[in-house]
Amino acid sequence: MSGFNGRSYPGLVGMLDGRKRRNLALSIVAVIVITVFLYMAQNGFILDAYGVRILRLCAVYSICALSLNLIQGYTGQFSLGSAGFMALGAYVTSILSMTDANREAVYYLKPMAPWLMKIHLDYGIALILGGVLAGLVALLIGIPVLRLKGDYLSIATLGFSEIIRIVLNNAQSISNGATGLKNIDPTANIWWCFCALVLVLLFMTRLFHSSYGRAFLAIRDDEVAAEAMGISIFKHKMMAFVASAVIAGIGGGLMASVLGAVTPVLFRHMMSYDILLIMVLGGTGTMTGALLGGFIYIIAKEALRFMDSGFAIGFIQVPAIAGLRMVMFSVLLMIVVLFYHKGLSGGKEFSWDRLFGFPKKIAARFSKKSEKAGAGK
Amino acid sequence: MLTLVQQLINGLTLGCLFGLVAIGYTMVYGILLLINFAHCDIFMMSMYFAFYSISVFYLPWYVSLVLAILGTALLGVLLERVAYRPLRTAPRTSVLISAVGSSYLLENLGIVLFGAVAKSFPTVDYLQEMVTIAGLRIQRLAFFVIITMIVLVGALLYIVNKTKVGIAMRAVSRDFETSKLMGVNINLTISITFAIGSGLAAVGGFMWGLRYPQITPLVGAMPGLKCFIAAVIGGIGSIKGAIMGGLILGVMEIMIVYLFPSASGYRDVFAFIALILILCIKPTGLFGEELSDKA
Repeated sequence: MSGFNGRSYPGLVGMLDGRKRRNLALSIVAVIVITVFLYMAQNGFILDAYGVRILRLCAVYSICALSLNLIQGYTGQFSLGSAGFMALGAYVTSILSMTDANREAVYYLKPMAPWLMKIHLDYGIALILGGVLAGLVALLIGIPVLRLKGDYLSIATLGFSEIIRIVLNNAQSISNGATGLKNIDPTANIWWCFCALVLVLLFMTRLFHSSYGRAFLAIRDDEVAAEAMGISIFKHKMMAFVASAVIAGIGGGLMASVLGAVTPVLFRHMMSYDILLIMVLGGTGTMTGALLGGFIYIIAKEALRFMDSGFAIGFIQVPAIAGLRMVMFSVLLMIVVLFYHKGLSGGKEFSWDRLFGFPKKIAARFSKKSEKAGAGK
Repeated sequence: MLTLVQQLINGLTLGCLFGLVAIGYTMVYGILLLINFAHCDIFMMSMYFAFYSISVFYLPWYVSLVLAILGTALLGVLLERVAYRPLRTAPRTSVLISAVGSSYLLENLGIVLFGAVAKSFPTVDYLQEMVTIAGLRIQRLAFFVIITMIVLVGALLYIVNKTKVGIAMRAVSRDFETSKLMGVNINLTISITFAIGSGLAAVGGFMWGLRYPQITPLVGAMPGLKCFIAAVIGGIGSIKGAIMGGLILGVMEIMIVYLFPSASGYRDVFAFIALILILCIKPTGLFGEELSDKA
């Protein structure tokens, strides 16, 4: 960059070449645009309350997909326990941050345990505690479970997630049993959700630039080779599992606040499948994929609400069938698994260069195709 | 004492049902090294097939049972054709995701086709009549379940051990490539395996519906998990093991609820604890012969 009197000051920006400088500028602009958009959304300028709620859900689901990605996409351990950890986070956060009046109203069948009645925490602290508790439970579960591989690991984590749900369903004086919790404060506004999302993203980016993250990738790619290189398999699997559980717990805590009510039924195995769907749809093993998947899944789920209430294609009147959307999503999941197993992100992280290279790539593909067609004749 | 015997018979009946469904898991795992996550939804579908043929088409129960078996076997073959065959050379994770995905699809399809509201399975008076033997009051269903199981497992063991199809199945489960070179039609063998497993799940599903008459599209998940655990306890890949595992699990569940009634809310937890214990102590299961490379 040249100074005002013709002399150049090679600062940080000056050391970058043209393309990198362009990318930096674009990134700054993107961050500003997104922040302004979120600010306006939060204050009701662009979106109504419904839209804001969807935006918050998008962020929450992305966090959960990132948590699954950490253990499955990056460490290669097939876990189906997301729902259990999310349930823990959701319940701990909501119970600890609930007001006394609400506690009395919610626990009408059986009063809350007296020792729990005494604890009142801020939402933020309760959220962190929820994550920590989910992590601790993961630590306990992990000791027997992480010795298993592949299919066995998935069924064991699914089993533990069901155990967590059954315990929540039965511990009446703590979790209010099958009735669940209601009137949870909607503290988690856009800032809470998106700040958590950004923090998780930053954490994961830094993680995969550290030796721990690289060890995770090594375990995913070849366990035997990783062990031969001196990586402690069990220790690293445990770290990934616990970190993933903490993130899922925080995601669950945010989700409870966004939804306003939680029941044990919400955290059935279907919730784990939903998170898996988001991750696979976006692209396993990429953060871009988890974000894309989370936003597209939630927005499409809302936008396709009409499918459940009946619609017309031309002259054909499709009757109202509840659940048609979910069938469509499961078919989509199967199509992605069977034919495009890299998902929407194509197995690569987002970068400006790739974004600008995209039109060229498509053009190249088309010209190749026409060449081939020409050669065929 | 009398109640204890009665509970024991209850446990055996439940165990036989677990065993029948567990055979499907163990056979598919033996041949493809894959947990067929959708097996529990095939089990669920079989209940709906039976439900519709009895209460909508007014067919007698034995005809509906046969129809349910045929329909479910067809569904199982279709599932393998669509969801597993294209991925036979793909990485294991993709196949697992495909299994989870097909389970998700079947459950959502069930919600669309049959509605999310619980339906009550029709009653079959003949089977649900109480019989009194030596002071014990037992449903006729209990005998029917136990006898059916013995007959079916006998037939299955004959097929697997003595017939050509059975030899092909065992060959494929030992070594995919070699059996292909020896002229075994792999695709046909795998399809037959899925058909048999799903058919047995339909028998289990029919009798499950008579015992627990509330059916919803998500009803298969918990029994499905338990049946898989039964297969693991017995030693995955072994048919006798699946039956033994099912019996152990069934009797254990009923006995725990009988001896500690206050823990009945947590009855489903014990199966998972059993799974973790068995995987930590003896990963090959009680009757597993060889160490599989998965655990």
